[in-house]
Amino acid sequence: MARYNTYDLTESFKNFKVGKYLTVIWVIIAFIILISCMYQIGPGEAGIIQRFGKHVRTTHAGLHLKLPAGIEKLTKVNIEHVFKEEFGYRTRKAGVVTEYEDKKYQEESLMLTGDLNCAEVEWIVQFKIAEPEKYLFKVRRPETTLRDLSEAVTRQVIGDRTVTEVLTVGREEIANQIQLQLQELINLYEVGIKVITVKLQDVNPPDPVKPAFNEVNEAKQEKERSINQAWEDYNKVVPRAEGEAQQIIAEAEGYEQERVNRALGEAKRFSSVLEEYRKAPEVTKQRLYLETLNEIIPQVKQIYVIDPAQKSVIPFIPLPKTSETQ
Amino acid sequence: MPGKKVIFYIFLLVVLIFIGNSIYTINETEQVVITQFGDPIDNAIKKDAGLYLKAPFIWEIHRFEKRFQKWDGYPNQIPTKDKKYIWVDTTARWRIMDPLKFLKSVGNEQNALGRLDDIIDSTTRDLVSRNLLIDVVRSTNRLTTLESSEEDVHQEEFRETITFGQKAILEQILASAKKLALQYGIELLDVRIKRINYIEQVLVKVYERMISERKRIAEQYRSEGQGKKAEISGLKEKDLRKIRSVAYKTAQEIIGKADAEATRVYAEAYNKDPEFYAFVKSLETYSQTVKSNNVLIMSTESDYYKYLKNIKAR
Repeated sequence: MARYNTYDLTESFKNFKVGKYLTVIWVIIAFIILISCMYQIGPGEAGIIQRFGKHVRTTHAGLHLKLPAGIEKLTKVNIEHVFKEEFGYRTRKAGVVTEYEDKKYQEESLMLTGDLNCAEVEWIVQFKIAEPEKYLFKVRRPETTLRDLSEAVTRQVIGDRTVTEVLTVGREEIANQIQLQLQELINLYEVGIKVITVKLQDVNPPDPVKPAFNEVNEAKQEKERSINQAWEDYNKVVPRAEGEAQQIIAEAEGYEQERVNRALGEAKRFSSVLEEYRKAPEVTKQRLYLETLNEIIPQVKQIYVIDPAQKSVIPFIPLPKTSETQ
Repeated sequence: MPGKKVIFYIFLLVVLIFIGNSIYTINETEQVVITQFGDPIDNAIKKDAGLYLKAPFIWEIHRFEKRFQKWDGYPNQIPTKDKKYIWVDTTARWRIMDPLKFLKSVGNEQNALGRLDDIIDSTTRDLVSRNLLIDVVRSTNRLTTLESSEEDVHQEEFRETITFGQKAILEQILASAKKLALQYGIELLDVRIKRINYIEQVLVKVYERMISERKRIAEQYRSEGQGKKAEISGLKEKDLRKIRSVAYKTAQEIIGKADAEATRVYAEAYNKDPEFYAFVKSLETYSQTVKSNNVLIMSTESDYYKYLKNIKAR
């Protein structure tokens, strides 16, 4: 080939008219060849060089040289970028308020749970190309492979969970399981992809069943409410009754104090009077008697004095009716 | 001169074509089979990428994909052993292992995919219809050991253990399909169930069942709520009665003790002179009980009036 070039060059010098243009063309060709010998790899990229189709080296960020086009071929692969695959939904436009496609991808999201119920699961897989050589040379259409594997693995994991787990408690564990198993499969298939994360997005019961699921939630709330109401009633009366009980006891204790003190006082009083009485019993008795009557008599409305000897004199005493009515 | 030049150019062209036809490259993603007049030469298969020489014109290069490729099954409606109709959508990865065999038996990828359809679809159908639905859905017996949460209402098969499970079924599918694929020079790497679902008619029934299950759970919650409420209400009554009666009991005990103490104190004091006590207490009682408007009848023999009759009363 090199010989051919030189020969043509000398020829073109001979044919002066065409020769000038030919010279320009040759310079341009030479320039293009030279340019194709240099290439630049940006940060986060890998440059795969194939010589006559065979992979010879992988280069990283910087300016590099290679043999001209036709001999060595460069393929750039972004190895740092995190790609995202969506399952069960599609983002139409990402932004502050991300828009999603209205269409439902039910054939992707609808799956059977282990207790033979259905759930609609939406999830994402984030990945990057870890081994560009494998990514390019081992599997045809690696992205489709990833999508297929992701669907298969997700269904397998969901197939071992109950619908309750899928919808509520198991989300994180499920996502981790999917990531783990997906990476295993990817390694087996030599796709050259590293799964960064798997996240479950919306996980819902299928539309026709949704109201029934909501009803369960409502019933749960209702249960809580009933219980709270009952405790409210309880709290309304029981602490009060406790206070009232304390009151009753305290009052009884008050009665005790009063009763005993009164008894002690009265006993003391009696003892004191008795002491003095014993010094002059007759007179004291008389005095007390008369003092009492002195107190009583003026209050009495009528007084009849009867001599028992004259029995006939007491024919009858009209008992006043007033005293009865009063 | 010009004639000589034309001959030279023609000669050059022939040489170039000759050279161009005596070399070939193999890409990393390719493998080739070399035939000579249609017959494969010795060592006809080349799998390593690079630049190679060949006999011009008489050798023909057949290029084949070396990478793993996708096979996607047509979603199949299959009844399981327990007569449940499901859609099963399988996918597989395969590659051309023996390009010569491949060339002879199927020729191109299109045909190969057709053959794989036959092989994998039928093995899938066989194995799915030979197994229970739970075996196709589940991969492990995890669910049978799972503590059932309060929200799970399950059909009878929930606790049933699976004999194979999806993983094992897929392995069986793979094993038997792999054998069949080998005759086409194809290596099957893996077969996976991509999607599995009830068919439309069954789906409606399943939804109905799910709805009734949920309603059952909802009712359970409601009645649990009511039950708990009654329980608390009962507890309230119990606590109230207990608190009140204990208070009453304590109060009565205290009062009784007080009364007893008072009685003792009184008795101790009054016992010193019962006669005097009777006298004093009587007088006290008189003054308290005799009120105005009362009529009092007294004898002249009483101590009060005795002097009215007779100065020398005794």
